[in-house]
Amino acid sequence: MLQQLEGSRAVAETVARCRPEVVCAYPISPQTHIIEAIGAMVKDGRLAPCEFINVESEYAAMSVSIGASAAGARTYTATASQGLLFMIEAVYNAAGLGLPVVMTLANRAIGAPINIWNDHSDAMAVRDAGWIQLFAETNQEAADLHVQAFRLAEALSVPVMVCMDGFILTHAVEAVDLIDQAVVDSFLPPYEPRQVLDPDDPVSIGAMVGPEAFEEVRYLAHLRQLDALELIPSVAEEFAALTGRASGGLVHPYRLEDAETVIVAMGSVLGTIKDAVDARREAGERVGVLGVAAFRPFPVAAVSDALSGARRVIVVEKAFSLGMGGVLATDVATASPASGPDLATVVAGLGGRPITRRDVEGILERSARGTLPRLSFLNLDEDVVARERARMAASRRSGPFAENVLRDVAAGGAHR
Amino acid sequence: MTETRVHFYQVGSFAVGNRLLSDADRTVQASQERTNSLDAGHRACQGCGEALGARYALDAAMRATEGRLVAVNATGCLEVFSTPFPETSWRIAWLHSLFGNAPAVATGVAAAMRAKGRDDVRVVGQAGDGGTVDIGFGALSGMFERNDDVLFICYDNEGYMNTGVQRSAATPPTARTATSEARGPDPGNVFGQGKDLPRIAMAHDIPYVATATVADLHDLERKVERAMTFHGARYLHVLVPCPLGWGAASADTVRLARLAAESGFFPVFEAEHGVVTGVRRIRRRVGVEEYLRPQRRFAHLFAGEGRPDLVARLQALADANVERYGLAPEEE
Amino acid sequence: MFQVRIHGRGGQGVVTAAELLAVAAFDQGRHAQAFPSFGSERTGAPVVSYCRIDDHEIRTREPIDAPDAVIVQDVTLVHHVDLFGGLSPSGYVLVNTSLPLDELGLDGRVGVLPDGHVAGCPATELALAHVGRAVPNVPLLGAFCALTGEVPLGALARALRHRFTPEVAERNVAAASAAFGLVTDHEEAHRAPTA
Repeated sequence: MLQQLEGSRAVAETVARCRPEVVCAYPISPQTHIIEAIGAMVKDGRLAPCEFINVESEYAAMSVSIGASAAGARTYTATASQGLLFMIEAVYNAAGLGLPVVMTLANRAIGAPINIWNDHSDAMAVRDAGWIQLFAETNQEAADLHVQAFRLAEALSVPVMVCMDGFILTHAVEAVDLIDQAVVDSFLPPYEPRQVLDPDDPVSIGAMVGPEAFEEVRYLAHLRQLDALELIPSVAEEFAALTGRASGGLVHPYRLEDAETVIVAMGSVLGTIKDAVDARREAGERVGVLGVAAFRPFPVAAVSDALSGARRVIVVEKAFSLGMGGVLATDVATASPASGPDLATVVAGLGGRPITRRDVEGILERSARGTLPRLSFLNLDEDVVARERARMAASRRSGPFAENVLRDVAAGGAHR
Repeated sequence: MTETRVHFYQVGSFAVGNRLLSDADRTVQASQERTNSLDAGHRACQGCGEALGARYALDAAMRATEGRLVAVNATGCLEVFSTPFPETSWRIAWLHSLFGNAPAVATGVAAAMRAKGRDDVRVVGQAGDGGTVDIGFGALSGMFERNDDVLFICYDNEGYMNTGVQRSAATPPTARTATSEARGPDPGNVFGQGKDLPRIAMAHDIPYVATATVADLHDLERKVERAMTFHGARYLHVLVPCPLGWGAASADTVRLARLAAESGFFPVFEAEHGVVTGVRRIRRRVGVEEYLRPQRRFAHLFAGEGRPDLVARLQALADANVERYGLAPEEE
Repeated sequence: MFQVRIHGRGGQGVVTAAELLAVAAFDQGRHAQAFPSFGSERTGAPVVSYCRIDDHEIRTREPIDAPDAVIVQDVTLVHHVDLFGGLSPSGYVLVNTSLPLDELGLDGRVGVLPDGHVAGCPATELALAHVGRAVPNVPLLGAFCALTGEVPLGALARALRHRFTPEVAERNVAAASAAFGLVTDHEEAHRAPTA
């Protein structure tokens, strides 16, 4: 039923329909509304026999999830930002053990400086952990992806992270068609674990593996990710057949048919970019958008196909690798077709800085004029940066640079 | 023919041996029904106190739960020596995740069993002292305060033995470790630090807390079985001498565990809902020196002129334990 | 697309107001998107929320910097926040006040708006009278319905009944209706001489 719902509520209601058996929760903005809603449903007895556990840290949240999943329970948790980093050892462990935990990541920046707003630094930090990472463009897709996530996770024995932009999606109220329980039940069979802690059939899980077998064990995990490249689109198609909704899959191409310039991006910013592309199309420009829906495994072939006609590729991404540049852009470069389009990276939206349609049109204009550098930072106030560099050059004890910049910005008005 | 004196107290009880006990009181190890939870063939050192303690504790737990048991293990010696790839010594359902998260993983297993309606399956978490009092402490405290249905067993050998004998928050004062060398005016581990985890556990008001040593395996088994009569969070802290880390003879493991208890240096007691309900009183009190001397980690206390001042301070710690728990021998 | 920006302070239901507006628009078969200013939640701190209403799917995620309407839940923000930044020259302004608007010292951008596009509403008083709490958001939404005609009062009432328990919902509907009536009367009185 189509309803006007907060994104977090839509995700909570959808996770509930997936019949989780153990849910762990440690609160962190902007994930809180999701776990609050699920906690209330468990308290009401609506999800019985589901266990809801308020843990003492994110590290415990993922650790409890590991134990519950290894004991054969369908397990869910959610986190963001610092929380993801605090649990990172267990994040790797869940994947290494092949446990199909599903986790919502309400994407948020990572400090210092502390910042509660949206970007993708958290997801990028666990890119190599062995989780499937799916990015939602809208709250409808965020909700739908959770049903597909449990299906994928349990089919492959790989944990799945559903990434949705913190606040921008989690706290946005918009129309979402909540999936019917009967549809979920037909799409998502009961969890049949490959390995389970069972006194009737005892196994040892988590043994030490030395150099004689470690590479093979890790390679098998890599193969499961490659299997996911096959399964993600077929699960999305099956989901579309049931619901009529094109949620998930590997990539979301938009107006690529004859596009010479293609913007590649992930998450909710795709909506703004599509509006900008529509506007430029009306002005006669051949531009398009490629949304990357599955970041891990990275759909090299699908991206390569989608970019095969492009002369210019612009990756707009909400994270970067300090001292290097784009993270998504590096993968896109790897996947770029032999025709070798010009590739530019625009780091944007860091720490919640807005990305507007005007911004995107400006990027396209610079690209068309040939003045878009290989790496740039959207709306970076270079004067503020230069003044802090000057302070640092002038005095050894120039002080904490984040605070200096804040003072500078406050004195000079808005940052844009 | 020479005469041999029989030291009845060597088995830590008034019995000469298991065979003189009634069937019901015999150790589970005397039964052909035992599980061999931690089976032969593992890679523990000669005289490993942890292997001995874990085998007795888990077989007792298996007996108490009629085989409906899952064990969760922290990283550490026990995990490493029991699962040398591609083998495993565990004959029970067993999961190792990480060093610091065993209590939380155990919580997850217990939650899953409850959700699946398998309330008959009980969960044991186990770790060394590092995984318990240091890196796993937050997770353990969380498991305690939520009163999750887990028996957590700490095998305390008073240091990070798996990584080469470094200091933990369970290392006693003056003990030499690789990160608390026996040098300078305050050799070895310093006074005034460390955590008394059984008392911290009691402060969580959990149903059952007990300490034990591998010198009295009947007592250890009884406490595991007692723990299994409760639901909720339970904690068992077992002193397990480490020949390698303590610099002791492999044959002295049980003797050192007994001397630790008989000197009062390691108090053996049990508590229910935060209140001490029983102590294992000392039978023949010994000074701490008798316990310390056979261990090379304390050798600097006795070399040359020795450090009687430090030995006296250690004796004072033992005396305080005897006082706190009422461990003094009964008047004969 | 019609874009609304709501200014207030933490605890005044600023975020809820945008959500209710979105639900009311959705009730009318329209597309709507409500979102907060994403700050740390602190009682008394300035808060902004946004609502977009359109007849087509809303894809953009940028903040609203050129609103068609601004609702001011707390006039004490006047000197701290650029309340009317980017406001459309044909936009609307609705202020929670029991004073005549010309005594508030609102800035020049408000003065040049078309006749009948600016209104004051004693929303806190109405909320106290009808709901028993000094939360001005719902009366202001009732006034918004009257001022802009963007959402009918009936749709707002349904959104309120969807969100609150029956008793609380009816009190809020009464508060919103009272505010709607006040603004409608005022507008009519204002128009009467020229009509």
